[in-house]
Amino acid sequence: MQLEFSPEEIAFQQEVRAFIAENYPEQLRGKQDEGEELSKEDFLSWHRVLAKKGWIAPAWPVEYGGTGWNPTQRFIWSEELARADCIQTMPFGLSMVGPVIYTFGTPEQKARFLPGILSGDDWWCQGYSEPGAGSDLASLRTKAVRDGDHYVVNGQKTWTTMAQHADWGFFLVRTDPDAKQQEGISFLLIDMKSPGVTVRPIITLGGEHEVNEVWLEDVRVPVDQRVYEENKGWTCAKFLLAHERTGIAAVARSKRGVEKIKAIARTEQDGDRPLIANPFFKRKIAELEIDLTALEFTELRSVAGIAAGKGPGPESSLLKIKGSEIQQRITELALEAVGHYGAPYFRGFGEGDNEHPIGPDYAHRAAPTYFNARKTTIYGGSNEIQRNIIAKMVLGV
Amino acid sequence: MDFSYTETQDMIRETLSRFLADTYDFDSRQKMIAGNGGRDPGIWRALATELGMLGAAFSEEHGGLGGGHLENALIMEELGKVIAIEPYLQTVVLGGGALKAVGGAHADAFIPEIIGGNVIIAFAYAEPQGRYDLANIRTAAKKDGAGYVLNGHKAVVYAAPWATHLLVTARTGGSGREADGVSLFLIDASTPGIVRRDYPTVDGFQASEIYFENVAISADTLLGDEGAGLPLVEQIVDEATVAVCAEACGVALKLHEGTLDYARQRNQFGQPISRFQVLQHRMVDMFMEVEQAKSMTTMATLKLDLTAAERMAAVSACKAKVSRAAKFVGQNAIQTHGGIGITQELAIGHYFKRATMIENQFGSADHHYERFERLTLED
Repeated sequence: MQLEFSPEEIAFQQEVRAFIAENYPEQLRGKQDEGEELSKEDFLSWHRVLAKKGWIAPAWPVEYGGTGWNPTQRFIWSEELARADCIQTMPFGLSMVGPVIYTFGTPEQKARFLPGILSGDDWWCQGYSEPGAGSDLASLRTKAVRDGDHYVVNGQKTWTTMAQHADWGFFLVRTDPDAKQQEGISFLLIDMKSPGVTVRPIITLGGEHEVNEVWLEDVRVPVDQRVYEENKGWTCAKFLLAHERTGIAAVARSKRGVEKIKAIARTEQDGDRPLIANPFFKRKIAELEIDLTALEFTELRSVAGIAAGKGPGPESSLLKIKGSEIQQRITELALEAVGHYGAPYFRGFGEGDNEHPIGPDYAHRAAPTYFNARKTTIYGGSNEIQRNIIAKMVLGV
Repeated sequence: MDFSYTETQDMIRETLSRFLADTYDFDSRQKMIAGNGGRDPGIWRALATELGMLGAAFSEEHGGLGGGHLENALIMEELGKVIAIEPYLQTVVLGGGALKAVGGAHADAFIPEIIGGNVIIAFAYAEPQGRYDLANIRTAAKKDGAGYVLNGHKAVVYAAPWATHLLVTARTGGSGREADGVSLFLIDASTPGIVRRDYPTVDGFQASEIYFENVAISADTLLGDEGAGLPLVEQIVDEATVAVCAEACGVALKLHEGTLDYARQRNQFGQPISRFQVLQHRMVDMFMEVEQAKSMTTMATLKLDLTAAERMAAVSACKAKVSRAAKFVGQNAIQTHGGIGITQELAIGHYFKRATMIENQFGSADHHYERFERLTLED
């Protein structure tokens, strides 16, 4: 057992660190510092830099455009991205549908869809949840009826993140209404510009437009846009859920979050001392750091396991639960730290709104970020579902 | 011992509750917030004239119903149940509280106007550097002939855009966090030199940054004795703290109720999610937090007129407990709702936002634990 990175790993770390420092889009950095909402172009600006370098999809097999990095290198990479406070690339193409396509897709599907995912020319969204099918995803009702070379799709999806920008969506649909729940589902790729697709915004508590409802009314989808066999879509869904769980704990990002709280607490005054000298507040930061270390080393053990050819197994549920709880606590503590200035509602720089927001810069998004982070224990399989998985798969009860 | 309400108090609650049920459903509230000025002034007028609600906590000689802290608490709880954005806390509890405490000509002049709905007061006390320390004041009121000149910056003054008058803490002497030298003024909000920057708050209110730029005020705007205002400020803030705890009880009650309703009708895995034991226990824990919040609020309300030290210990105990309860109940309400809980469309998220702001209003749980320890635990 060895804690330190090897000289090769350190050299790799320095290489990627230097690359990020030299190539991260300056305009994007500025917007992030101001707490502005990011546009599609903002997301793509960083995506394109990485695509050009060939580092956009480190986890993919080399033959499809991956980097060939081992799990430790990929871990270092994600650490460095977070350390430099880079935005996250959109996962829907790169971490979700991409791996499904190169694992289950036909050669034609691979040739047709993978290049657009890598280049960023195609923006993807995920059509999974429905109003009546959340934690119980397999109860989904959107149906696809075969009509010659097409499926005719009808139904409603919800919580579709960034669908307002999407060119393509991957959808779970029911192709056999009589089969048992998890059978009879198929995995379809749908052009979001198809007639009958309607995207409606859902505004969340902080005022953000991240998620949408997607309505499908008699949408005609060519059969060659079905991935894998008809009625076997659940296999793809399960694969997707288990795939690319590194990063799910968001350790590096949370470390960065803790550093930001320390910076706020050094600035905020609490009587005649800075807030960070308040023993109660200091203790909360310490608890957070210690819990984050426990999470980090749990993840490192998991990474080492994957490197040795084991897993990823159900321990990813542990990483999701603890990781999301820590993310929430960070936003909680940030809101607590900013005191009175958590209350003003900063709507971002809309058109004709050039006034500087109220209070210190670090306070603008504290409350909306806290509200928004409540999603982390709900999405991607709620933490209740994750606990069920551990109970069943790990404890065997 | 008797924890029952009088007939008048029951009547106040019923009248208010009926009125709010008619006027303050969630959609109406959202329309008020989105509308001109961020509120419906007709509601305040109706509370004053149709319901006589603004006089509940004032003496009969001023035209009120003769009530006090209990009336404030039950009105705030009802307002909390609909997450009302009315300036009752600022006008009646804080402004009215200060006026009742100083009495005399000020009380005679202003209280009937509050009761009549003509005077709305905002409380300008917080400052950017001050956090929850009431004496950490840099705003200065400098003696100038017979009056004073105000200079300074007050932070996040709830209800200020609606206010006819501002209740302002300022230094007439001393510096830093000294108790001596703090004075309390009630000034006309349209006095020249008052510059406001208005904005909405995350919980649906309107607030302002207020900058006093050589604001000339007369001597009769001073409430109480010059330089000796801190005990009065502490008293009204304690009263207001209990009032927001009462509001929190209303908010938390609805968060819990809404969660139960939702869990009963939401089906997953072939049954209502209310049948899952893990959610049942969570909803039981929420229930227990709500009940204890009510208990602490009742306790603190009944202790508001004891000695300052007893009052402060009781209020801090109450606020620490209620802050934690607001967080627990709010977070678990959202979690149990799942995705739908974090949308703007459902009321539940808006109750959560108000509960979150109440957590830190007039001091976080930590702030009140610390004050409680200082007052009650000796080494």
